[in-house]
Amino acid sequence: MGTTIIGVTYNGGVVLGADSRTSTGMYIANRASDKITQLTDNVYVCRSGSAADSQIISDYVRYYLHQHTIQLGQPATVKVAANLVRLISYNNKNMLETGLIVGGWDKYEGGKIYGIPLGGTIIEQPFAIGGSGSSYLYGFFDQAWKEGMTKDEAEQLVVKAVSLAIARDGASGGVVRTVIINEEGVTRNFYTGDKLPLWHEELEPHNSLLDILNASVPEPMST
Amino acid sequence: MNLVDSTQVNSTLLSSETASSERTLYPYVTGTSVIGIKYKDGILMAADMGASYGSTLRYKSVERLKPVGKHSLLGASGEISDFQEILRYLDELILYDNMWDDGNSLGPKEVHNYLTRVMYNRRNKFNPLWNSLILGGIKNGQKYLGMVSMIGVHFEDNHVATGFGNHLARPILRDEWNENLSFEDGVKLLEKCMRVLLYRDRSAVNKIQIAKITEEGFTTYPPYALKTFWNFSAFENPTVGAEGSW
Repeated sequence: MGTTIIGVTYNGGVVLGADSRTSTGMYIANRASDKITQLTDNVYVCRSGSAADSQIISDYVRYYLHQHTIQLGQPATVKVAANLVRLISYNNKNMLETGLIVGGWDKYEGGKIYGIPLGGTIIEQPFAIGGSGSSYLYGFFDQAWKEGMTKDEAEQLVVKAVSLAIARDGASGGVVRTVIINEEGVTRNFYTGDKLPLWHEELEPHNSLLDILNASVPEPMST
Repeated sequence: MNLVDSTQVNSTLLSSETASSERTLYPYVTGTSVIGIKYKDGILMAADMGASYGSTLRYKSVERLKPVGKHSLLGASGEISDFQEILRYLDELILYDNMWDDGNSLGPKEVHNYLTRVMYNRRNKFNPLWNSLILGGIKNGQKYLGMVSMIGVHFEDNHVATGFGNHLARPILRDEWNENLSFEDGVKLLEKCMRVLLYRDRSAVNKIQIAKITEEGFTTYPPYALKTFWNFSAFENPTVGAEGSW
């Protein structure tokens, strides 16, 4: 499950983003997968690496958090959710191959992002990137990330970043999904190829070559 | 008379004719599927302009469809450096053919045979040119379309493809190809196949080149991108009711 996953905090919550490509070898088994999975009403996780491993960890953590929420009497915190993910990843490190980004909002700490790479390290970060496509985004985020963004700025940044990674990573593709979590609740969004910007050497899509050949006015050139 | 006289250069860095034998183990920069079909006036071929470096989509404006002589069109997938070497060999072949200056010129059948011999002989030396080639052309009204693989397997057919195209495009072509395709119908058919490849081949890039060869000669159309469709309702919320699935 080569992927691009991103989690970003902003002043009021978090924005999680991911591509939608799942591949078996060079074949795209699912071109519209959902890699942002719910753990509780206020905490979601971005999954990368082995689809099976990441799904089973999410399922276990969702199960434990459900019980924890009943016992606690109030919504679980993002920190607890992230640490449950860490426990499973760390204690089974020899058998698992999955990198996860846990993100959510709770009333104590607000929006938080925790990166949990292979091996089960837990690291709280203002933003986190993961998956095979993230290699292409380190430089981008070094330059583009800033503290105290608005909700829209943060979402735009995530969509732009996933779209840049999709342009270069063969293992990432499809649509860009985002999940915004804040005090008000959760919003899911879905951005298809035509709504994403075009990058270097990418061209405006057409229905057919015949439309181009039959066009009365020649189109502007582009590389 | 020794027609293709290759003078041996001393073993230098420039040639691989050293004492030790080498073998190509794996490709580095690779192109993905090429599709070719016969149509009413000749041959139509399509390929994307991508060249991947492992899983990275590194180069996005690589021409993988090239004319050969007056009558043929070559499309290649696989290692791009090997494809470039093959173009050099063909250049030399056509040059020698022209030097005869006898009014005759190599047709697609002959070029296909030459390529087959080159690929098969390299395979026998365990140093293959890591390509799948599609050679199409038309000479004196006779249409020809053939394929050669990196181990020298070769055949001709009304429609051919390389790589993923074999699995995704050929079934569509088997269903929808016919003898009397017009240029428009041929292009639409190729685009249908290329769109499926865009959806399902990881190494596909959305920048397509279509080329044709007819009795008049070779024409290549400017590169363009295809529209893709993602607005199925099932795509928007795939895990409703099944949280944690994909």
